[in-house]
Amino acid sequence: MVMPVFALLQAAPPQSMGIFIAATLVKMIVFFTIYMIGIAMLTLAERKVSAWMQDRHGPNRVGKGWLQPAADGLKNIMKEETYPDAAYTPLFILAPAMAFIPALVTWAVIPFGAPWDSSWGRIEMALAPLPIGFLFILALASLGVYGIVLAGWSSNNKYSLLGGLRSSAQMVSYEIAMGMATIPVLLLAGNVALNQVVEQQAAVAPLSWNAATCTIAWLIFLVAAFAETNRLPFDLPEAESELIAGYHSEYSAMKFSMFFIAEYGNMVTASALMATLFFGGWDIPFTAWDNVAPHTGMKTLLTTLFFFAKILFFVFFYMWIRWTLPRFRYDQLMALGWKVLLPVALTYIVIVAGAIIGLQIAGFAPASWQFNGALFGMNVLLVLVLFFVLDRGRIVSPAYSRLDPRHLERLREVTADRAAHQSLGRVAQGVRS
Amino acid sequence: MAIGVKVLERPIEQTSYLRATLKGMALTFKHMFSEKVTIQYPDQKWSLSPRWRGTHRMLTTEDGKAKCVACGLCPTVCPANCIKLVPGEDEKGNRYPLVFEIDEFRCIFCGYCQEVCPEEAIHVGRHYENSEYSREGFVYDLERLMAQTHPVCEMWDPADPKGE
Repeated sequence: MVMPVFALLQAAPPQSMGIFIAATLVKMIVFFTIYMIGIAMLTLAERKVSAWMQDRHGPNRVGKGWLQPAADGLKNIMKEETYPDAAYTPLFILAPAMAFIPALVTWAVIPFGAPWDSSWGRIEMALAPLPIGFLFILALASLGVYGIVLAGWSSNNKYSLLGGLRSSAQMVSYEIAMGMATIPVLLLAGNVALNQVVEQQAAVAPLSWNAATCTIAWLIFLVAAFAETNRLPFDLPEAESELIAGYHSEYSAMKFSMFFIAEYGNMVTASALMATLFFGGWDIPFTAWDNVAPHTGMKTLLTTLFFFAKILFFVFFYMWIRWTLPRFRYDQLMALGWKVLLPVALTYIVIVAGAIIGLQIAGFAPASWQFNGALFGMNVLLVLVLFFVLDRGRIVSPAYSRLDPRHLERLREVTADRAAHQSLGRVAQGVRS
Repeated sequence: MAIGVKVLERPIEQTSYLRATLKGMALTFKHMFSEKVTIQYPDQKWSLSPRWRGTHRMLTTEDGKAKCVACGLCPTVCPANCIKLVPGEDEKGNRYPLVFEIDEFRCIFCGYCQEVCPEEAIHVGRHYENSEYSREGFVYDLERLMAQTHPVCEMWDPADPKGE
């Protein structure tokens, strides 16, 4: 927690230091409370959504279901904590916190509402409006893997360790695709400060939202975010059928639920990132009044609500996917990350960069609707290509995917050779005996 | 890829993962609004079949005595050996059960006792909520069997096999 506080002080406050610190403290307390309660309610939401999708009712006993998270929390606090004899205790205790903290700290830089021109001066609706916001997020995203890997390692259990290993491989692979997918966004924004990214998208919303102008990048980011948060269909680190519960097999009571808090925290953070980078942040579509002065308190409130609505939609999307798709096989996961997402992301950077240069040479201003419309048209085309040309058993290879005839020929030769050798050996043995 | 495995040449729309995903998502979303199949058990109860064979019940005559004449057919026919019957005889020479106990734990609820009973005294019933705190509590004596009030099972009738 040292770093963001330091960064807060760096982010040159426009008003007096006292007001700045007071406003930041209030923002932190309010935000943290909402965030934690929100995460608790998300555990309920997940169970409800899963139930509805399976034609069930879901939890509806404790306070009509609304108090279920509180009951779960109380139970987990009162349960006995068990420590395996062979576990390495310091890391075993540290790991759940390590899983959760990066998700929480990432929120420090995400702008969640329009700035508020109060009577004490302008108050930014981000805990720390860093000028390098986006790089900060990338740095923290790679820290998220530590919690899981340390949990797997310190449990001293082979299943936990396998879960930890899987998650490290998975996260490292998908982080690259994720980073590459955000480059088109940064190309369009021309800046790594997140409020600049939001401002750029507000021009002719929703046509200038990056989901319209960089659709493929958004799709890649979406898939990579699923892998980064270890959600289905990428939850191989805790694949029950193979690894019991993966990295958290040995955890009990509140430490166990800490991993769940971390998972939901990561989900919310990834959804917020997706909303910020690709869906205009706190921007309200089809209107322009929310982006211009005067920045009243009401405007801040409305944009914040809108931002949270976007986050909730993506959180719902996560749950929706979870109850739709089955878990991938490990080789499918790796092939998707390295052989599909990464090359597509790299190609897409070139395409978007070329399109931006071409449109600028043609004389369209980046904030005009022609510029964004042209990019949108290009993306519609590319999505059609992706769906109808590229996606023919190549994106996720099914068990019955085609085998290259040359490959098959070579394999037949190898087996023929081996069979010949074996029969020779048998003849030699027969002679000897 | 192993050799000799038959590789199916599937049409493109079947090998597309993205389109299949969208189709699956449409299906799960549709199910969110479909009718729920859960029965909220303690509040709502499943309606039992008229042929449901549950907790036993001993029927009584108008003067409140058990219809049982202690003929001994039910302990004989019982495949689980769960009926304990000690016959007694009153001064008029009428037989009656001195001890009649059914161990609901041993019982397999086949309903043979009801089928074999010449007096239509012992019945299996349309009732299933019989939890107890001890094993001994599951041995129902005659008084308890007579005190049951639930509807009794209608046995399968060969003349009307579907119960219409």
